[in-house]
This record gives sequence, C-alpha cells and structure tokens, in this order.
Amino acid sequence: MTDAAAPPAPEGRPGAKLKAAPVLAADGRPLKRSLARALRMQKLRALALVAPLLLFVLITFIAPIADMLFRSVENQIVSNTLPQTTELLADWDSTTSEAPDEAVFEALFFDMFLAAEAKEHTKLGSRLNYERTGISSLFRSTGRDVGKIGKEFQTALKEQNELWNDAGFWFALMTGNPPAPRDTALVKAQRNRLNALVSGTYDGDIGFAPSEEIARILPRTAREYTAFASFEALVDGRDVAKRKPWESVHAALVLDVKAPEAPAMIAAYDGPGQPELLALAENAAALPQPDFKAAFIEADKDWGRTRTWQTIQMYSPPFTAGYFLNAVDLEKTPEGIQPRPENQRIYVMLFQRTLFMSLVITFSCILLGYPVAWILANLPMRTANLLMILVLLPFWTSLLVRTSAWKVMLQQQGVINDTLVWLGLVDDAQRLVMINNQFGTIVAMTHILLPFMILPMYSVMQTIPPAYLRAAKSLGATNWTAFWRVYFPQSVPGIGAGSILVFILSIGYYITPEIVGGTTGTFISNRIAYHISSSLNWGLAAALGSILLAVVLLLYYAYDKIVGIDNVKLGG
Amino acid sequence: MSALTPISRKPVSFYVPVVAAAGAFAGLLVGTAQGSGLLGIVIGAALLGAIAWLLTQVLDNEKLGRWGLIALFVIAGFLMGGIAAAVIGGLFGWFFGWFTYWLYEGRYRAHLVPYLTPGQVLWHYAFRVICGAIFMFLITPILVVMPLSFNAENFFTFTPEMLRFDPAGYSLKHYRDFFTNPDWQSAMRNSLLIAPVATLLSVSFGTLAAIGLSQSHVPARRAIMAILISPMIVPLIISAAGMYFFYSRIGLQGTYLGVVLAHAVLGIPFVIITVTATLVGFDRSLTRAAANMGANPVTTFFRVQMPLILPGVISGALFAFITSFDEVVVVLFVGSAGQKTLPWQMFIGLREQISPTILAVATILVVVSICLLTMVELLRRRSERLRGMSPG
Repeated sequence: MTDAAAPPAPEGRPGAKLKAAPVLAADGRPLKRSLARALRMQKLRALALVAPLLLFVLITFIAPIADMLFRSVENQIVSNTLPQTTELLADWDSTTSEAPDEAVFEALFFDMFLAAEAKEHTKLGSRLNYERTGISSLFRSTGRDVGKIGKEFQTALKEQNELWNDAGFWFALMTGNPPAPRDTALVKAQRNRLNALVSGTYDGDIGFAPSEEIARILPRTAREYTAFASFEALVDGRDVAKRKPWESVHAALVLDVKAPEAPAMIAAYDGPGQPELLALAENAAALPQPDFKAAFIEADKDWGRTRTWQTIQMYSPPFTAGYFLNAVDLEKTPEGIQPRPENQRIYVMLFQRTLFMSLVITFSCILLGYPVAWILANLPMRTANLLMILVLLPFWTSLLVRTSAWKVMLQQQGVINDTLVWLGLVDDAQRLVMINNQFGTIVAMTHILLPFMILPMYSVMQTIPPAYLRAAKSLGATNWTAFWRVYFPQSVPGIGAGSILVFILSIGYYITPEIVGGTTGTFISNRIAYHISSSLNWGLAAALGSILLAVVLLLYYAYDKIVGIDNVKLGG
Repeated sequence: MSALTPISRKPVSFYVPVVAAAGAFAGLLVGTAQGSGLLGIVIGAALLGAIAWLLTQVLDNEKLGRWGLIALFVIAGFLMGGIAAAVIGGLFGWFFGWFTYWLYEGRYRAHLVPYLTPGQVLWHYAFRVICGAIFMFLITPILVVMPLSFNAENFFTFTPEMLRFDPAGYSLKHYRDFFTNPDWQSAMRNSLLIAPVATLLSVSFGTLAAIGLSQSHVPARRAIMAILISPMIVPLIISAAGMYFFYSRIGLQGTYLGVVLAHAVLGIPFVIITVTATLVGFDRSLTRAAANMGANPVTTFFRVQMPLILPGVISGALFAFITSFDEVVVVLFVGSAGQKTLPWQMFIGLREQISPTILAVATILVVVSICLLTMVELLRRRSERLRGMSPG
C-alpha cells in the first residue's frame, strides 16, 4: 500500500531494483502467494461450514423436487410391463385400420401372462386409462383371460402325455444333463425383465439355468420357463424343480414344436425327455394351432380396435410429454396434438382461476396493507410497536386457527350472518352464502397473507422521510399531488416486494381453499393433491406441479432481482 | 404527546349536528334490530343532538355529564335487552360522552399541526377510522374464536345463552374433550415429538451455514443462498408432492424420520434469514481479538460469537419450531396415521367431523403463539441492545 503511494523511483536508482523483488511474508514466501493461500483457506472454511446444510437441503428437498420433475415425463411402465409387445409394435403402422398381426399378439400373450402373474397388468391398465378411458377394465379382464387362452395348450399337451404336467420332468428337460453348457445370459435377461416389471431389485441365483441346447431347440419355451423360474424363485421364494410350469410355458412349447425347423432339431436332440419331445414333434399336427389374435379379440373386442393399439404405441417410449399435454388440456392423437373434448378441459380453467384469484388477493392485500403500513411508519415508535402486535399476532397464529376462525365467521350459521340478522340487515331466511365459494377463499386468504404485505411495505416506508411530503406541500402541492408524486413513488419498492411475496404464497395455497373454497374456490394445488392421494395419477400431479413450480421460480427470480433474497425480513 | 395547537370551544352549530349524525348512525343499527330503521335514525339523531346540547350548554360539568350519560345508556340498554344490551349501551354512552366533549372543546385539533385545513383534519381522522377497521379485520377472527371455545353447545356460533352472559351457556367441555380424547392427545404428542427434533436439526445446520455464508469470501454465495431459501418459496404442495414421491422411493414415507427431515428442511430458511440478519451487525474484530488471546476457533465460537448471536439463533429456532408445529400439507403426504400431528387433526376436524374442540385447540394455539411472539420481540430488542442499536 505504501509502495503505491510513494513517488515512482527514477530509473537506475537502487529503489527500482528493490521494487522489482517480490515482497515477502514473515515465513519467507512471496506475500502475493501467501495472501492467495489465506484467501483460499478462507473460502474453503466458509464452504466447509455451508456444506453440511447444503448437502442436507439437496438431499431432503432438491432431490424430491427433481424426482417430481422426472416423474412428470417418465413413462417406463408401458415398456416395462409389455417389453416384447412394445418392441414389435414399433413397426406397426398406426394409420391403418388393421390391428397388428399375430406376432404382436403372441408377444402380448407372453407379456400379459407374466404381468398378470405379478399382478402388474392392472397398474398399466390404470396408467393407460388416463389417456383413453376403458383400457383399465380391458386390461383387468384380459389378465384373467390369458390363463384361459393358455389352458387350451396345457390340456392338449396333457392329453399327449401326462408327463407334460409334471414339475420334475419339466425341470429335467429344461436343465439338460449336468455337464451341458448353461445359457446364463437368458437367466440374466429374464431376471432383468422381472425386475423391470415389478420395479424390484432382485439379484441372485434362481436355482435354475436352461441348457444351451434346449434354449436353441425350444427358444420360446426356454425363455418363458426361465421367466417362470425367476418369478417362482425370486418373488415367491419357491423351489422351481417342484413347481408345475404356467400355461404360458405350454403355449410356448406348442409354438416351438410347430415351428418349421423344429422336427429336424428335435431329431438330433438326445438329452433328458428326448422320447417325449420326439413323440410330440411327430404329433405336432394334432396340437391346437395357436391363434392369439383371434383369442384376444374373442376375449375382448377392444383388442381388435386400432384405437387401443394406437394408445399403447403412443405411450411406448420411456418418456412422454403426455402428462404435460394433459395438464394444459391437450392430448396426443395419431393426427397430432389436439385439444381435449370440451367436457374434459379443466386445467387451463383452474390455472386461470388460480392466477385470477391470486391477483385479486394480492390486490386486496395492497389495498388493505398500504394504509396500515403508512400509519405504522408515521406514528410515534411506541404506538407503532403496540399496533404492530396486531399485525404480528395473526402472522404468528397457526394457519389452521385462522382458517377455522374464518369458517366460524363466514358460515351460514356463523358470526357474521348472525350479526347481520340480528341487526336486521339480512333476512333470517336469506342468510348470505360467504363460504365454500370464491368469496370465502379470497377473504380468508387476504386475511392470512396481509401481514406478508404489511411487513415489507412498512420496512420501506420507514425509510421515507416525512419531511418530503411537507416540503411538497409547502411548494404548493395539493394533498393528493404530494402523495401521488412524492410519497407513492418512493413506496413502490415496498409494494413490489410485498406483492410478489403474497402472489407467490397465494398461488401455491392448499389448506385454506380446501377448507373454505368449496368447489368454485379451489386452486390448482387442490387438484394436485387430489391426483396424488385420490386418483393416483402421479404423473399428471407432477406435471401440474412442475408448471406451477416454473411460475413460482420465475417470480422468485424477479423477487431476487428486485428485492434480493438476503433482504427478506421477518417480523419487522 | 404534547399539544401542538391551542384549542378553543366550538360553536353549537358545528358539534350538535355532527353528534346527531353519529346518533343517527347508531340509531340505524338499533332501529333495524328493533324492526324499523327509519324510526331509529330519527330518534337517534334527535336524542343524541339534544343530549349533546344539554351536556354542553345546560349541564356544563364534564365529569358528571359523561358518567351520567353512561349510566343512562346502561339502564336504557338493560331495559331493552338484558345484560348484553346493557354492556353495549354502556359503551355507546361512554363513546357519545367522549365524542361530544372531544368536539365541543376542540380537542381533536390539539395534537395536529396548526396549519391543517378542516378538510385535512377530517381526512386525518377518517384515515384513522379506516386503519382501525383494517386492524379490526386482522384481529377479529382470532378474538372471536376464544369466547366461542367456551361454548356449552356443539355450535360454531354464539348461542343466546352466551349473549345473555348466562353461566349455563359457557363450559369447559371442549377443553376437557381435548385433554381426554386419545386422538387429540396422540396428535399433541406427535407434534411435540416432531417439532423440537426438526427445530434442533434446522438450527444446528442453519446456524453453521449462516456463519459460513456471512464470511467475506464465499464462492457462489448467491446461488447457495437461493437454494437454501427455496424451501420457503416453493409452494408447500409442490414440496409435499416431491417429498411424497421421493421419500416413498427411499422408504422414508410414513416414517417419523421422514417427517422430521421434511420439517427440518422447511424450517431452514427462517434460521438462515434470522441468523444472517444478526450476523450483519456482528463485529468481526471480536473473533480476531479472541484468536489473538489464544482461543481456538471452537472456544471463540462458543464463548464469543455464540452469546452475541444467540438472540438471532433463538428467534430463528422459534420460527423453525412454529413452522414445524403449524405445518400440515407436507405431513399430510409424507406422514402416515402414526405421525398425525395437531394441525393434521385440526384439518380433519374442519373437513370431516366438525367438532368445536377445534376452537378449544385454536385458543390454546393462539395463547402459544402470543407467548412465542412475546419471546421473539424481547429477543429482538435484546439483540439490538447487544449490537448497540437503540431498542425499537
């Protein structure tokens, strides 16, 4: 510091050489580096103090918010429940009026069978029902029907040989002779399929692995038997060797045996169950010809309709904008994005109502808060502090206490109506309806949020010198001009801070509209709560929440720019 | 407050009509209650105008006049409608006695600057009446709940017995219900188990972080602050939804720990705000002086810094406590029946079975919040004294 202040030393003098040498700290290091190090240490210490809380908030608060955002677009349930179907369906041309071909129905049979065993098909049904009503019952009934469809093959095989209904025989056939190489990749794949289906984290041995040879000869059977084995071992914890296979395995065997290349491969096979398999291959023509398409359409005509398949295909990808479209009353159709039918549009209206009512509440808060803040800022300190209690007491009182108080005040047999009737202003038969409508919500929320308006206004108005008003008046301004041209512009920051705060708080309100809002005074948040706890459409709740969050964050950003987060004051 | 303007008596033509107008308004209220508003206006105006004239021009003894008026109105009220009306009558009598002399003696000018025009004087008082009405709006709902909680009936409104001040109309049965009903008691216990632990968590993390944030060189201070304050800004329903989804994933949904964590994070912004506000006035040279005298950072913190910022920490703790104690949206989603708190029970009570026990609970909670408010106010003054500012 003193160096800079000293006059510059002329060239060639010893002083110039001294200046060029780095200034050293007490421990002999260059001062600059030493200072930088101290600064770094300081920064690290500050961060170390903040880190635990930051981590805490990130885990307990930010992560949940991120999870909600993720859920609003996540849509893995379709491809997890019907993995093979969705894969094959991707090639289906949704603009034709034809339902997909037999291959898709075959995949659907096996997917649905496992899903029905795991009781996951109803979940997918309710998920797709959000997009197209009726699918939920279709999935529920089909879950019961797949067993019947498979039963036909089981019976046919049993007629051929009783061994086809024997658990031990099946296990031996699929396992092959001990030294035979095992297809562990198939086990892994089926375990993953199961984990995706039941959102589980199963890992470990299922006590079974098909032999590579049998997996080559009977690919579908090996696949379905492994799926069956994984389910029995991992979900139910049973010994596979002692369990009779599901009907889906029998159906898979019939399909495998009827495959054109099967007889040749079976003839070359010499593992366990070889004679039975050979007999089956020779009698293949006697087995029923699988026609899953016909079976499904017979079970429910909806499977023959393109609409059903269009919905499944549309929601096959793991991520979807469907929830967001739904949240703004649109829907995805094969013809592109379209508005929903007139009678299903409620969310845009709800958003509009939420915004409108929040604006009304904010405006009433300004109207009521401004005079109070003014008088608090202009009264002598002692009186102002006493009156401040009247503002702070509601602020500190439980939200539910205030809401219940308004319920008491506003209801038809409530205090206000009783007083009005007693005064004769309102006839006893025509008591005012002030609750369970917008009026009730606006009054109660204005009361609840008023302190949030008064406190920022008060802290701004306190800094405006009263002399300005007097000066304006002494220069000839009228009362109104003095207020409007001199005082009001200076109080605008307080109004801005209070308004944003009140608006942010009011658009997310849940409790008060729920209790005093009835049906016409509810906000979008009430709908979010409804979707989480009653309709269980979590994706839609998350999408609605994300939109609301975006609005709030925008306002939060504005608040930060105008007021600064650090300047939030509590309780005067 | 000393008088600013010398006052003088006003002419009859000014105050008698004003008092008569006020009387007409009062007469309107009484008149409509009795059946005829118009008659009430006429009688009220005539009566009060005459009284004002008599009090000032004939009697001319202020004390006697005002007490006499109160007595007169109490008797009139009692004859008209029993004890309740007598009380209202007494208030009317007091008001009109005071109002008459206030106008007659010109006292209303005493505390105003001399150069105000009559219009400005009128506006000055009209403005106060408006503010008074807004203060009424703020405080009435809270005051109304208290007497109603002593209702002997299961009604949410004043019964005729209560209005007659009949002791039979009052009872403590709702309080008894609160203290004996297992639902309310377990809710109370849950609230008291959750709030203090959540407060402890937010205060310990929050104070530490506030101290870190108040250092002079904090990288990304604004961003960190924005994240830490966000639980206060994000609507509760969104926090609740997010926590419900996320906590069910990690198995915290429906557990005591889950609710405590959720409440702790909601209380953190309040702790951060109050403690950083206190730290603004904290003199950093004190910690350096302590270090200079050989104290290690931990000792410095507990012996020097902590005592000075303690008021801020405690008021932050009170804020965090009340946040958790009052919170209902998040616990509704994150908690299960085993974590049913007091506000939750009230919410159920308001939505489903309407029981006046809620009002008893509300009264208890108002008393609790008055205690907390008093504590915060005292702490704030103490903190300002410690920081050498004048107590506000």
